[in-house]
Amino acid sequence: MSGVAWRGRAWLGDHLVLLLGLLVLLYMFLPIFVVVLMSFNDQSSRNSYTFDGFTLANWTDICAPYQLCESLGTSLQIGLLATVLATLLGTLMAFAMVRHRFRGRSSANLFIFLPMATPEIVLGSSLLALFVNAGLAGVLGFWTIFVAHVLFCLSFVVVTVKARLAGLDPRLEQAAADLYANEWQTFWRVSFPLVFPGILAAALLSFSLSFDDFIITNLNAGQEVTFPMFVWGAAQRGIPPQINVIGTVMFLVAMTVVLVGELSRRRRAAR
Amino acid sequence: MSAAGHVPSLGPTEAQLTGRPDPASRRSGWSGYLLLLPGGLWLLLFFVVPTVTLMATSLYDPAGSLQTGYAMTGHWQNYVEALGDYAPQFVRSLVYALLATVACIVLGFPLAYAIAFKAGRWKNLMLVAVIAPFFTSFLVRTLSWQYILGDNEALVGFLRSIHVLAPDGYLLATPFAVVTGLTYNFLPFMVLPLYASLEKLDPRLIEAGADLYASPVTTFRTVTLPLAMPGLVAGTLLTFIPSAGDYINSELLGNPRTRMIGNEIQDLFGAGDYPTAASLSVTLMAAIVVLVFVYVRRAGTEELL
Repeated sequence: MSGVAWRGRAWLGDHLVLLLGLLVLLYMFLPIFVVVLMSFNDQSSRNSYTFDGFTLANWTDICAPYQLCESLGTSLQIGLLATVLATLLGTLMAFAMVRHRFRGRSSANLFIFLPMATPEIVLGSSLLALFVNAGLAGVLGFWTIFVAHVLFCLSFVVVTVKARLAGLDPRLEQAAADLYANEWQTFWRVSFPLVFPGILAAALLSFSLSFDDFIITNLNAGQEVTFPMFVWGAAQRGIPPQINVIGTVMFLVAMTVVLVGELSRRRRAAR
Repeated sequence: MSAAGHVPSLGPTEAQLTGRPDPASRRSGWSGYLLLLPGGLWLLLFFVVPTVTLMATSLYDPAGSLQTGYAMTGHWQNYVEALGDYAPQFVRSLVYALLATVACIVLGFPLAYAIAFKAGRWKNLMLVAVIAPFFTSFLVRTLSWQYILGDNEALVGFLRSIHVLAPDGYLLATPFAVVTGLTYNFLPFMVLPLYASLEKLDPRLIEAGADLYASPVTTFRTVTLPLAMPGLVAGTLLTFIPSAGDYINSELLGNPRTRMIGNEIQDLFGAGDYPTAASLSVTLMAAIVVLVFVYVRRAGTEELL
């Protein structure tokens, strides 16, 4: 065997897993490429999903499809409100779980974990059964979606903030107490700034979960239409290319948030 | 007491060793409950109570309707009928979810392994790349598979030309498309826990396996795999459970013969047949709970639950 071929095989053996991994990443990104491509699609027919030509019209006329922008507004409002409440309630729970000792802690843990392990269709149908049995079938809409979103975001917030809190050295708080800080000062000057990245991550996760949820929302929405519900409805009639514009924008916004976070982390680390 | 300053970082056990309460045990009793109260009430009101209500609804007399109200008659017949009428959809859901989970393991393991051991300084970037597609709408991404797998697009054309598909063969609206969509949508839930487990694994253990003349396969089977088990189990649950309850992929990428149990539950609720829908939902949950317990038992990772 020639040296080159041998070296080639050795290189391949060493990098095979990496190559496989990159192929899998390509598979995960394939739909993103399609979403970006289709956002420039000059669609000729509503019935077939093909690329018919390049246009910027979808980007300049996002709100053209009926109800698209209204549904976006609804999703943003519900996402923001649900994120605020879920982050608040979940952070309190995470502090209780990590910094307090009480009876029934492990059952509380299981109790918080369960909603995450329940399929969405079951969570959604349980809530619908509750609302209908409580005589609220007529008021299904914005607020019932809000209630549902806070519920499924809550567990994710607790888990995220808990992970951050558990990684902190409790002696930092002890030190503050030793230096005569009272509990309030200890919390705001020491605990909170250290846990804040975890809380922020939890809030971002909540927002994206809420903004993207379809199965639970669809069961409890009544006449209200969120963005995913708009996409679902549109998919039955022919897909307006504008939803791919929204998809592309969501991707770009999320990437910007990740980049800014990473850069500020690096700057802090460099200091 | 005098040793307090000399005990190194032992976490929660410090309190027992030194007799000095650390913050974790300093505040015991009611203040912990107070912090748990608002969130706990939300979970109680909107998770526990609804679950009980769902179970009750599944036993209502199906003769009622939303307008006239339902009578609670302990109608166990709902379950018999639901299981009789919807057995194929149940089986299909579990089979598709199983196939998607296996595909996620096959695709997710090399990726998680590459990120943990081979990515070097690209590690963070690759991790971001795993979660990045997450941030675009689930539905919009799933719809783009309609294009990728479409009859007149490049992939089908290529597969026809190399005779993997018959000249009139297609991918969209097949079980294959549904499982592809499920795999795609839940793959990050497999990669992330797997990565978390592999990252903790000391690469020197793998080297040691090679030093002791174990083949790569033996090293993988006896060293890497057992140590990756917690991540594998967590990833399996996180992909299997949502796949089994999903109906988006089946609806957008499948055909009427690929309907899963989620499709039926959604449609029955939409049609106002609450008792049947509720009994299907309860049955799905029960099936998943049983499968998860059996699986976790067999995998020997009870402490995860």
